[in-house]
Amino acid sequence: MRSAFFQALLELAESDERIYLLVGDLGFGVVEPFRQKFPKRFLNVGVAEQNLTGLAAGIALTGGIVFTYSIANFPVLRCLEHIRNDVCYHRANVKIVSIGGGYSYGALGMTHHSTEDIAILRALPEMTVVAPGDPYEAREATRAVAAHQGPCYLRLGRAGEPAVHSSRVDFQLGRAIQIRAGDDLTLISTGALLGTAVTVADMLRSEGVSTRVLSMHTVKPLDVDAVLRAARETRAVITLEEHSIIGGLGGAVAECLAEEGHCKVPFRRIGIPSSFCAQFGSQDYLRSRCGLSPDRIIAFLEPMLQAVRS
Amino acid sequence: MTDGLQRDSRVLSSPAALALRIRRRVLRMVFSAKSAHIGSVFSIVDLLAVLYSKILRIDPSRPDWPERDRFILSKGHACAGLYVALAEKGFFPGSWLEEFYSDGGHLAGHATHVGVPGVEVSTGSLGHGLALAAGMALVAKRENRGFRAFVMLSDGECDEGSTWEAALFAPFHQLDNLTVIVDYNKIQSLGTVKEVLDLEPLAAKWRAFGWSVLEIDGHNCVEIEDALRAVPLQQGRPTCIIAHTIKGKGVSFIENKLLWHYRTPDPEEFRLALAELEEE
Repeated sequence: MRSAFFQALLELAESDERIYLLVGDLGFGVVEPFRQKFPKRFLNVGVAEQNLTGLAAGIALTGGIVFTYSIANFPVLRCLEHIRNDVCYHRANVKIVSIGGGYSYGALGMTHHSTEDIAILRALPEMTVVAPGDPYEAREATRAVAAHQGPCYLRLGRAGEPAVHSSRVDFQLGRAIQIRAGDDLTLISTGALLGTAVTVADMLRSEGVSTRVLSMHTVKPLDVDAVLRAARETRAVITLEEHSIIGGLGGAVAECLAEEGHCKVPFRRIGIPSSFCAQFGSQDYLRSRCGLSPDRIIAFLEPMLQAVRS
Repeated sequence: MTDGLQRDSRVLSSPAALALRIRRRVLRMVFSAKSAHIGSVFSIVDLLAVLYSKILRIDPSRPDWPERDRFILSKGHACAGLYVALAEKGFFPGSWLEEFYSDGGHLAGHATHVGVPGVEVSTGSLGHGLALAAGMALVAKRENRGFRAFVMLSDGECDEGSTWEAALFAPFHQLDNLTVIVDYNKIQSLGTVKEVLDLEPLAAKWRAFGWSVLEIDGHNCVEIEDALRAVPLQQGRPTCIIAHTIKGKGVSFIENKLLWHYRTPDPEEFRLALAELEEE
């Protein structure tokens, strides 16, 4: 996703001279092409995320479209009030980009686990929250947030995720992409777990369970229609995210289902429990430990699958 | 005696006269709104009066003019003075001032840009203004545009780490179109600066970060104007003007009292304060 983002950003900057890239002293080996090509619109502000965000708002309020870039929680939680006051309240055209959503930097430990960001930024007025599911979506998401007037959060995975799509996707903010058709149950995924969602769907299909997969790349605004269609047309709805089960995609979908009178559709949130992980290890290892690997997901869903099968 | 007359006319025609009008108006606003922070406002009134009458290149008929100078009141709690200065300049009707703090009014108790022409950005949480101003100054530099950025900080605000992040940034990027004014009234929220978290040596700190620093009497309009007209003091460096001020300046019993960070004048205090301001 990282290369897809930078490739798209370079193309955008080529044709739109309002685009700035501000980094918080991170991005070794990936920011250089932008820096070399657009030195006047590149800035490494140093290890200072509050300043990063305030500067970005100041530049945006003077006409720029400003991408701030750092990893995990640094461009989000460290400078949260600057995002709220300086960016959101002023509807500043700032795009906050975090690489390392969820457990992307698993082995680096808790400080680098970005696991509450969606919930927190979703609560901010004016903020659009986007977590693309694969490099194709990341590319289009970059273009879409640049074109959107106002604050956006772009939550990327890491470098080298497998592609789920095989070609360029039709991507619109706030519009879920259906990856697999199905009418038994619906898996709604956001961010880099999309590949896992597809794997699970394919495993279920081989067991005779027809599974719809939605890439809910935009968590805010949520594609309410897609959620309600899933609740009407399939027999269970499950959300999947590499994020706390509190307040993220699962929370957003639960709010939607409850308020729209769909409380009776079987519904489960799959995500990270609200606790710091007790183990250390790679992204795959941590995903598996907290129930986000395909086999653990299928085991978790077993009671629901029995109901669906019967 | 010609000399005396000239001095009088200078006093009457501009910043000092404007400062007096701002203080009187702010006193009325704070009294009827029963709001706080009168001390914090009175300490910056002379600075505001000079900025708005002599320094800032702004146009009330075009508040969004792209080439305007940017002024950010980072100590947003002193917004009453800013609102009066803006109304005096004609950015919005003076009648809005009567709605300060009131239900459904235009003017909130901290500087708010929404629906208020002339307020560059909203502030109120300390430590936000300098980075915003630096971003604006950076654009002017990189795009070869002529506007400047001015930002007013409180002394308490110099406790904020974010202030120093931006203070480190601006000289490194040679933002000599950026000027900080520190309202150094030496009283913060729970005590004197010396008691709470001493900033001294304050000028040396800004200098060490790469700023050109000038210390002035923040109530002497001539000195303020001279300083602000002289920026940048050095090519390639942002300027920090440390304005030595008196919290509550202008009303004897409000001056230098921590209590008046919070207190609203009662009717008797209001009468006395107004009398002092009318005498001037």
